[in-house]
Amino acid sequence: MNSTTLRAGHDPSHLGHHNEEAHAHAGAIGHGEGGPAPKRIVIGYGFWIFLLSDVILFASFFAAYAVLSTATADGPAARDLFDLRSVAAETGCLLASSFACGMGSLAVAQRSQKWTQIALLVTGLLGFAFLLLEVREFASFVARGAGPTRSAFLSSFFTLVGCHGLHVTAGLLWLGTMMAQFLAKGFRQNIRYRFLCFSLFWHALDIIWVAIFSLVYLVGVST
Amino acid sequence: MLGKLTWSAIPFDQPIPLAAAGIVGIVIIGVGLWVLLKGYLPYLWREWITSVDHKRIGVMYCVLALVMLLRGFIDALMMRSQQAFAFHAAGYLPPEHYDQIFSAHGTIMIFFVAMPFVIGLMNFAVPLQLGVRDVAFPTLNSVSFWLTAAGALLVNLSLVVGEFARTGWLPYPPLSELTYSPGVGVDYYLVALQISGAGSLMAGINMVTTILKMRAPGMSYTRMPIFCWTSLASNLLIVAAFPILTAVLAMLMLDRYLGFHFFTNAAGGNPMMFMNLIWAWGHPEVYILILPAFGVFSEVIATFSGKPLFGYRSMIAATMAICLLSFMVWLHHFFTMGAGGDVNAIFGIASMIIAVPTGVKIFNWLFTMYGGRIRYSSAMLWSVGFMVTFVIGGVTGVLLAVPPADFVLHNSLFLVAHFHNVIIGGVLFGAFAGYTYWFPKAFGFSLDERLGKAAFWAWLVGFYVAFGPLYVLGLLGMTRRMQHYDQPAWHPWVLVAGVGALIILIAIVLQVMQLVVSIRTRENRRDSTGDPWDARTLEWATPSPPPAFNFAVLPNVTHEEPYWGMKQRAREAMRLLSTEPHYVAIEVPRNSPTGVITAFFAVVTGFSVIWHIWWIVVLGLLGAYATFVVFAWRDVAETQIPAAEVERIDRANRAARSAALQKGAA
Amino acid sequence: MSSETEYEDLPLEEQDSAPGDEPEARGNIAKGVRGYLIGLGLAVGLTIASFSVVNTNLIYHPGIPVAVLVLAIAQMGIHLVFFLHITTSPDNTNNVLALAFGVLIVCLIVFGSLWIMATMNHNMMNMSELMQMQR
Repeated sequence: MNSTTLRAGHDPSHLGHHNEEAHAHAGAIGHGEGGPAPKRIVIGYGFWIFLLSDVILFASFFAAYAVLSTATADGPAARDLFDLRSVAAETGCLLASSFACGMGSLAVAQRSQKWTQIALLVTGLLGFAFLLLEVREFASFVARGAGPTRSAFLSSFFTLVGCHGLHVTAGLLWLGTMMAQFLAKGFRQNIRYRFLCFSLFWHALDIIWVAIFSLVYLVGVST
Repeated sequence: MLGKLTWSAIPFDQPIPLAAAGIVGIVIIGVGLWVLLKGYLPYLWREWITSVDHKRIGVMYCVLALVMLLRGFIDALMMRSQQAFAFHAAGYLPPEHYDQIFSAHGTIMIFFVAMPFVIGLMNFAVPLQLGVRDVAFPTLNSVSFWLTAAGALLVNLSLVVGEFARTGWLPYPPLSELTYSPGVGVDYYLVALQISGAGSLMAGINMVTTILKMRAPGMSYTRMPIFCWTSLASNLLIVAAFPILTAVLAMLMLDRYLGFHFFTNAAGGNPMMFMNLIWAWGHPEVYILILPAFGVFSEVIATFSGKPLFGYRSMIAATMAICLLSFMVWLHHFFTMGAGGDVNAIFGIASMIIAVPTGVKIFNWLFTMYGGRIRYSSAMLWSVGFMVTFVIGGVTGVLLAVPPADFVLHNSLFLVAHFHNVIIGGVLFGAFAGYTYWFPKAFGFSLDERLGKAAFWAWLVGFYVAFGPLYVLGLLGMTRRMQHYDQPAWHPWVLVAGVGALIILIAIVLQVMQLVVSIRTRENRRDSTGDPWDARTLEWATPSPPPAFNFAVLPNVTHEEPYWGMKQRAREAMRLLSTEPHYVAIEVPRNSPTGVITAFFAVVTGFSVIWHIWWIVVLGLLGAYATFVVFAWRDVAETQIPAAEVERIDRANRAARSAALQKGAA
Repeated sequence: MSSETEYEDLPLEEQDSAPGDEPEARGNIAKGVRGYLIGLGLAVGLTIASFSVVNTNLIYHPGIPVAVLVLAIAQMGIHLVFFLHITTSPDNTNNVLALAFGVLIVCLIVFGSLWIMATMNHNMMNMSELMQMQR
């Protein structure tokens, strides 16, 4: 199992592809030349793959919305319902929250408990404000008789936007747990990795919101 | 208080499910008592249920698959016998029961047999082949397995409490909407699949990360065994396809639970959207199943032909081509829904193109065998049987990919014959080949070859006798899922198919016997060297069964087939060439009950969602959250295996291998 | 865990990047804040542009959805680069490849569904009309 003995001789089963030069300049560790990647890379990459799967989940809801957005069943259409001022406020909240989360990861990198807690609190409050605005918007639609059971268009709208809202809710729960962990356990390595995942999650939710406010709200009112 | 759940949910008036449930219940209670009385429970809890070792989890996946295979096969026998009796008669299964049986058969065979079997084999073999100690996320791995088991439990629970879906293995709306399926059957289906789907997704993420980021030093992409490549492709497909399933099942749930209008006939809903989305998952799904099987065959054929795999790089290219193309053909499952000639033509051509890389693979396997010194052990028999059977299935598939032909054959038994041809002949034969091939690695003794070969021949013959007639029946116009019929031309063929199912029953009995006999005579069939087949990949460099840490020292890979090269040169020198390494303590992940507790809450929550018991749903979700927090709060994630223990295990293995080399030389 | 600390002491160019890794984390904090500020500025600018495109008469009206789409894609790119730190450097190859695979699948699902369903609706009678006729 020792490498030196193996490399010395010729491998009788070896057919072609003499990749010696590839091994000569051993690439970065995760590319396979240097052995298993360190935990930080593995965790970050695994979560990245999860996020991609989550994006595909949203893509399915987007596809449903795109197909059903004209199926209003003589009920209210996008332009009759959407209030762009509220959407702009939600967008502002989420963008600022994403920025605050970025500040949080800088504070974690500096191991500053105070700034970490402040940044994460701001992140959470802005996320909560976003949720409140969204709930208010949904409630106003329902009050106007435009609930999700009214038409296929509204079903797909509520599901798509609501799914994002559920993700934000889950994110807030995670954020609170994260803050408590930082307080209780400090900047331990595995908790920092966990926070790396959280910040990826939070930024990704913002990207999905960009797609939602553009393709659902803005395109909705302009067509 | 208990939502829709009342005593009437238990079908006291139907003897068949009650008797079946009674027998299963007695067996479960019997096994449970036996475990308790023998005092095995602490062992099971410590070594298996809470284990986060990828090998143990892989084995548990395979056990789940084998048990569910029995359940799914009983359904198949019932369908075949019903159709044999139901010529000009009602048969013995009333329609509403028959409909549940074919739905349960398909659901169980795909989600709880094929999926766990291939995921189990990947779980077991991939980290060993990559030369690493475990998967990327060991505890998540355990959670994935237990969620799959939770889904299986819910599906089987529907036998006794309530009913199962009557809508086929894919619940097409509007039939599956509340208006036409008011019972809990479809809800069982939806909830069970959401839970096990979440498990599959996590398993996929885990495996992709493992393959891309955790490989032994020097194991570059073009040195990975083909099984790792096909596993990578398969798991990429899981990650990309299962979210679509989650989304589309969520939409159907919203329709059923909250009165949304995604797929209803009213208020602008569009049932076609369901077919579109479910097949956008469903087509990649068949490749999720078959790609790992292709990988198993590649390993088995190379090993038993005594040659490196022919066309290694073309095999990789073909695998990745299939991975991408499988996402571009989904419409061929609903040619007849009227998307128009241009759309049908494009998807028809794409479907035919995907046969090309598969053909490349077949030729690669043939050329691997060509000129090789072939040993026809039972794993090899499964592989050869696969090649013949799968080509037939592939050809009928290409036939179905021609839209005009599909308009004739759609929903006929020809289609049923086709997909059983590829799933049994491909996935199941692959799973059995992998099961036979890796069994000695997992347990340290090999399976009985004589019974294994007998089981293979019974399966092969039984398959052709059971499904050959279905092609004919399809061409004679018999549609799938018929509870009774009065067309005399069909009857003889249906009877022949029934005989085929009985031959397969013999095959399964032989397999059970093989397992029992092998376990009872295990002392005579021990494998001391860890390499019983004279194989080529790194998993055979470990002792059998491999220790928790897999490798005492991570292997250093400088070529393709590193283990083969190492072994050949050791043989030439007639001794182990590597010097004994310096042993150090190895950290392995600590066992954790997180998986099984999560699954417990998943079952509780899922069951209460099905029966609308909302207060338990809330409790279940709180419990799941609490489980995660407790897991997140733990301080020690790893335990150490001391250097002395590592030394002892590795020395024993080196001694056995040295002895084998000397014996081979003498 | 000792191997971990050793790894983090390696020079940066010999490491892979996890998605979301702070490239400046071990450098000075000002540089890190500046990156986020640039990202925030660009994102705010693009958001404002998107919202104003809808209410403007400056561009051809049927072109508005296209303009909104282009701006949205640009903003997603900004978020990826400045907030998630996904770059095209070699240590990011795996991350970018995974992203590309995801984007491909997203496009296939969304555009494939739109195309299939549009032709189907064009060829087949609408379900609700069919129900009307059956009454």
